[in-house]
Amino acid sequence: MSSTAQELIPPEAREPARPRAIKGGRVRRLSGRDKLVLSLMVGIPTLIELALVWLPTLMSVGLSFTRWNGLDLADIRPAGAENYQFISQDYPPFWPAVQHNMLWLLFLALIATPLGLLLAVLLDQNIRGSKIYQSIFFAPVMLSLALIGIIWQLFYQRDNGLLNFLLGTAGTPNAVDWFGDSSVNIWAALIAATWRHAGYVMLLYLAGLKGVDPSLKEAAAIDGANAVQTFFRVVFPAMRPINIVIVVITIIESLRAFDVVYVINRGTNGLEMLSALVIQNLVGEGQVIGVGSALAVVLLVISLVPIVFYLSRTFGKENQS
Amino acid sequence: MPSKFDASATALPSRRTILKTVGVGAAGLAGIPFLAACTGGSGPSATGSASSGLTFGSGASDDVPKRAYQAVTDAFTAKTGKTVTTNVVPHNDFQNKINSYLQGSPDDAFTWFAGYRMQYYAGKGLLAPIDDVWQTIGGNFSDALKKASTGPDGKMYFVPNYNYPWGFFYRKSLWAEKGYEVPATFDALKTLATKMKADGIIPIGFADKDGWPAMGTFDYLNMRLNGYQFHVDLCAHKESWDQQKVSTVFDTWKALLPFQDPAALGQTWQDAAKALEAKKTGMYLLGSFVTQQFTDPTVLADIDFFAFPEIAMEGRDAVEAPIDGLLLSKKGGDNKAARDFLAFLGTPEAQDAYAKVDNSNIATANGADTSKFTPLNKKCADTIKNAKYISQFFDRDALPAMANNVMIPALQSFIKDGSVDVKNLEAQAKTLYAAQ
Repeated sequence: MSSTAQELIPPEAREPARPRAIKGGRVRRLSGRDKLVLSLMVGIPTLIELALVWLPTLMSVGLSFTRWNGLDLADIRPAGAENYQFISQDYPPFWPAVQHNMLWLLFLALIATPLGLLLAVLLDQNIRGSKIYQSIFFAPVMLSLALIGIIWQLFYQRDNGLLNFLLGTAGTPNAVDWFGDSSVNIWAALIAATWRHAGYVMLLYLAGLKGVDPSLKEAAAIDGANAVQTFFRVVFPAMRPINIVIVVITIIESLRAFDVVYVINRGTNGLEMLSALVIQNLVGEGQVIGVGSALAVVLLVISLVPIVFYLSRTFGKENQS
Repeated sequence: MPSKFDASATALPSRRTILKTVGVGAAGLAGIPFLAACTGGSGPSATGSASSGLTFGSGASDDVPKRAYQAVTDAFTAKTGKTVTTNVVPHNDFQNKINSYLQGSPDDAFTWFAGYRMQYYAGKGLLAPIDDVWQTIGGNFSDALKKASTGPDGKMYFVPNYNYPWGFFYRKSLWAEKGYEVPATFDALKTLATKMKADGIIPIGFADKDGWPAMGTFDYLNMRLNGYQFHVDLCAHKESWDQQKVSTVFDTWKALLPFQDPAALGQTWQDAAKALEAKKTGMYLLGSFVTQQFTDPTVLADIDFFAFPEIAMEGRDAVEAPIDGLLLSKKGGDNKAARDFLAFLGTPEAQDAYAKVDNSNIATANGADTSKFTPLNKKCADTIKNAKYISQFFDRDALPAMANNVMIPALQSFIKDGSVDVKNLEAQAKTLYAAQ
């Protein structure tokens, strides 16, 4: 590491000076107890992680290459890549589900997340009743599935829903069937998802905005930046850690999008989503473990791509310092 | 470089390494929520199956059937002094978790259905045969019911409690007012539907948001066109989906689609029942459980039904009348009290106790009290009694995965645009049945 590179990094990002390592040997600064505590602190979460995340993951991957009725372990038979062939060629809901997941990601990234940011910026302005607005916008995140179902049913119902009532079509043959018409129900579901997601993003950004040093804004103001410039050139970049979290959350939310479509119609008829298909094939009477596992693996692989990319980029950059 | 401090050389794992691990872990946790290993649901735990009593797992969670089974268990306790511990589970959960339930710690006796759904678990050895029970109760049941209670190995497994016929339900007053007549043939049905449409009524109520109700229309069209045996063989995948007979079913249905409620995909059967009650629809093809929705006695008295009209073969001999009843789990097979309980359910006495509370269904045992039957009940009972063939509904006669994962999306898309790919249905059926 050259000294020029070191100097380019702002002082607060530099590692605090510590005694340098002695060549050819390690500095022994850890007592036996330290080591025990450390190995427990690292080991227990690692074990939990292995047992609850990676083991089932690997088992799922394994099962995706088998045929199994889910009853007796002796019934497991190898199936090669047949399950993958099945979902990609013979399973009609699969490709619509992939498209819907992509649409979901685009919609959350381009509309829901910016909306959450906008709410956060507005509520950060010390307006009166800010706390109340925050609670209102955050409430959807805390609601249970059943409640969400009921709330949106009230909006979207065909004959006596609020939306058709406002459009003046309630009870007439022109009434839009928001949940039943497969050309509109994905948008209805996306609105409902935005309603949850924006509140979540808002809360995270509010926390982020509070953490931005006010002197940065003052400095920008002194330099003659207007509010928009201050926000986009100074405040937003200063929230980089939050931005990364938000990007990851948005991707994850769009990949595991499940609850809203599930309460509407269990993810059928225009609302196919990968996660709903996984549930359909793995849980319940319609259990086809091989196919369900293959779907889960597809979802896993898709999830891993952006997550690994982002995490490695983020942490990779920081580690270079 | 040695002159500069290198963080990675310290023995302490850097804060960021830890964060990285945790971060990847958290992302992994959040991103992979649904994996195979999560499928095991905790079924209701069986509590104490001493010889003095038994545990009874019930999926009858709606108020009326729940109270009805309560009446049966009370009668059993009063008669024999043996206690019944009932574990009621919401019926969707009960059905969805049946696999893990039967492999975990099932109750001694539990509510279930006849047909493929029972035979499948019997074939897997998860149920206890009850031939000895049938020795005592056999005389109470017709041959058709006995056949429906038999497992794939020829042993008896099931005790029927009640069944309910599927048919077209309608409001007598509306039909009398408009001068509609019950159609005996499919052509007459279409003529009637055309007339209703001209009168500004949606001819045939229809709801398929939940996916399964449309299977009733499919089953009846299939049985009326190709016969009962073809229905059974198709459901068991002994017949291919990719053949003219199946295409004909969908082609025939296509002629009916314009008369069925166009809002079907957005409503549940309860919504459709309300539409029938409100005289917005002329008739509604559903099981007789539809009458549970008509809480107003005057409306209920105004409801009648007719069997699905004949089309090509077997007239109206086949009726779709799913049978609900009890099974004994493998574990429950060792419990004498549980066997006694199943034998008790096979008596008119027990079925009367049930029917007293839940009268939307028809008791299956001969000699069950019919004196309290409404004319509609009587008609339902006669329809079943006179039927030569009793089918169990597609999702009970076929592999559940076929019904849930294949037929529901296929029928929903058929309702949407009137097209169906029978080749694809066959391809899916092949894979799913092979996996069992």
